[in-house]
Amino acid sequence: MTDAILPPPKKDPQKRTRTQTLPSGLRSRAALGLTAAAAEGRFMLQVCGECGALQYPPRDACSTCLSTELPWRDIDPAGKLIAETTVRTSTNTYFRERTPWRVGTVRLDAGPSVMCHVHGDAPRGGRVRIINRLDKSGQGVLYALPPEGTPNMEDDPQLREITADPKFRRVLITDARSENAVALAEAFAKAGASIIFIGEPEGWRPYPHRAALDAIPNVQIVPLDVTDTASVAELAGEIGGKTDILVNNARFVRPGGIMDRGDTVFARDEMEVNYLGLIRLAQSFGPAMRGRGADGDNSAAAWVNILSVYAYSNMPAFGAFSASSAAAYSLSQCLRAEMRPGGVRVMNVYTGPTDDAWHQPLPPPKVAPAALARSIVSSLKDGLEDVFVGDVAKDLIERWRAGAKVLEREMSETDGGGA
Amino acid sequence: MAVRTSRRMGYEGVVLAAPATTPYQRFSKETAHWWIARALRQSLQSAGLSPRDVDGFSVASFTLFPDTAVGLTQHLGLTPRWLDHIPMGGASGVVALRRAARAVQAGDADIVACVAGDTNHVDSFRRMLSSFSRFAQDASYPYGAGGPNACFALLTDHYMSAYGATREDFGRICVAQRDNALKNPHAVMKKPLTMDQYLSARMISDPIALFDCVMPVSGAEAFLVMREEDARAAGLPHAHIRGSIERHNAFPEDPIQMRGGWAMDIDELYAMADAKPDDMDLLQTYDDYPVISMMQFEDLGFCGKGEGPAFVRERDLTIAGDFPHNTSGGQLSAGQAGAAGGFIGLVEAIRQVTGAAGPTQVEGATTAMVSGFGMINYDRGVCSSAAIISGAGT
Repeated sequence: MTDAILPPPKKDPQKRTRTQTLPSGLRSRAALGLTAAAAEGRFMLQVCGECGALQYPPRDACSTCLSTELPWRDIDPAGKLIAETTVRTSTNTYFRERTPWRVGTVRLDAGPSVMCHVHGDAPRGGRVRIINRLDKSGQGVLYALPPEGTPNMEDDPQLREITADPKFRRVLITDARSENAVALAEAFAKAGASIIFIGEPEGWRPYPHRAALDAIPNVQIVPLDVTDTASVAELAGEIGGKTDILVNNARFVRPGGIMDRGDTVFARDEMEVNYLGLIRLAQSFGPAMRGRGADGDNSAAAWVNILSVYAYSNMPAFGAFSASSAAAYSLSQCLRAEMRPGGVRVMNVYTGPTDDAWHQPLPPPKVAPAALARSIVSSLKDGLEDVFVGDVAKDLIERWRAGAKVLEREMSETDGGGA
Repeated sequence: MAVRTSRRMGYEGVVLAAPATTPYQRFSKETAHWWIARALRQSLQSAGLSPRDVDGFSVASFTLFPDTAVGLTQHLGLTPRWLDHIPMGGASGVVALRRAARAVQAGDADIVACVAGDTNHVDSFRRMLSSFSRFAQDASYPYGAGGPNACFALLTDHYMSAYGATREDFGRICVAQRDNALKNPHAVMKKPLTMDQYLSARMISDPIALFDCVMPVSGAEAFLVMREEDARAAGLPHAHIRGSIERHNAFPEDPIQMRGGWAMDIDELYAMADAKPDDMDLLQTYDDYPVISMMQFEDLGFCGKGEGPAFVRERDLTIAGDFPHNTSGGQLSAGQAGAAGGFIGLVEAIRQVTGAAGPTQVEGATTAMVSGFGMINYDRGVCSSAAIISGAGT
């Protein structure tokens, strides 16, 4: 059984904040397939396209028939822990600081043996299931869990290194005025976040759910307008050093593409919030978060962007908004690269149409705020990097992967619901 | 795989001579080039030869980068007509012997100098581990970065649960080797080791503790391969090659390493040498961790699979014992000088069967088996090799 982590003590400001060291991020190009699968939390291995043999470690040619056709496939994660060790000394500083560290050899039911990290509750010599997740260097690693859940399982120190669990962490959610704010705050409160800061733009202007927000335990409503550099900088000055998870929830959405709008007013607003807002937040909060990636149980852990799945392929009915999402998506890749030295995860949550006023004419299915919030929190606990919420987003990414150009043509036929 | 039936050509007329060991150092500011030069020079001097006499050159080293054997020829002023670079770590000694012997037999070279050496700088071990091989980089180093300690810990853990071996069984190997090392003035480890000390040592990567691990050092080893008639003419003590085997990536279907490639080829080795296990006066196994020595006892035919623990309980592995093993102290007590760890047993065995081992001499030894094991490419050692050699003894 895992020992439950305790509420972290108040930080001693005189002590040096521990620098984030990283496990080795060196990988061959083939091995990056594991990383790509880990971003979505999928356990995939190469399977020979000709003879069907499973391969591990990742290869450039099949070790059974020499075929070079080795696509990645989802694999049954069940296996048996056939050997284990507890590393107590390591040549790598990251592990040296975190010993003892349990690793093992798991023989997969599907065939090959894999070396992997091992959860403290995985029974010696017993059945395990493998998950594939990103480690602090942002590379895919295999991790053996007990076959069933165990008490406080999520508090295993090795597991917490690959997740971004909100428990005892301090969260900043931008845009109190958004329809998602209450659901997000409730979900983080339920997940044990110690403080939930909610950034509120234009506080003088009333909005219906303010009282509901205020009533959620551990919520603190703070002034924050992501279109105002000074406002963002001021809040970062106050709470930047204790923001462990940032949920970039501010979105400006209006229907319309290019010609039916007739001017660039909304397009500017979309870029101001969806693109420049992300830059402002990242410039003010990013450095402090990156510097606190190894700051104990409430270290900085994750940056969450809520993006439209139409970042991947433009939906003309919301064409200009899609473009701003694409810009934010591209920027998130840059943010990931910049956050990586600090071991802070940048998680993108892609959603299809959300169940709100601006998507009102669109047909279902739409993503409800509570569903979005649940997905964000569970994905943080799960340690994911790319999350597709709802059927529309999941369907779109499948079609995008199958053929981006085909999808582009299909999207031009997509009904904007008369919007 | 089908059992070989065709009889291999023997190594008649080719001998091993001039074994040389440069005393090891824990850390060195010198380079692999420096260490290799020292061992080569020592070997040639003992044979009364000059670098000009060497027309074949075989090198094994991890720390020559950016050089290979090619760069060494110019660096050391050699002009060989036969050149080899063997990247097989712990298997490199016997592999060097095999290849060089064939070159001499075929007349491609007259005198092949086989050298292995590495330097050990303060941070060189860590840097070597992180990029040791592609599979290690991708699939073992990211998991705790325990290096070979962790890999062998997994093999040891599995072996213990599969065959009921205890830490004490492995301790017998380590303690006996330390006893041997105390007779070897060049061994890095100079203090006696008791079983209690072995068992109470701090854990490094469970179940592997401090005295299960080799200490990386700087050092080099060398020997010469030449025609028997030339060795006789020069009055050089020499050893004959009775047989040899090598195998790579054996038993890939084993879920974890329980045996090495020797198990595939051992019958052929004994047949080639016209010998049996009992004929061996001593055994030099590759011993970076005791579990792999125990597997060699089994795979080389000294006991059955899983009988290693009982074997070490019954036998005395010291120089004066009934099963002399790793008589110089092996890597566990003399130190692991990189690729020279693949030579240490062979060079010591040449000394033993030619009666030149001095303080570590096994009385009356004329026949020895040497085995090599190398390259934890991912989760197991990929290369294995073994040879039986014999000499005139004392």
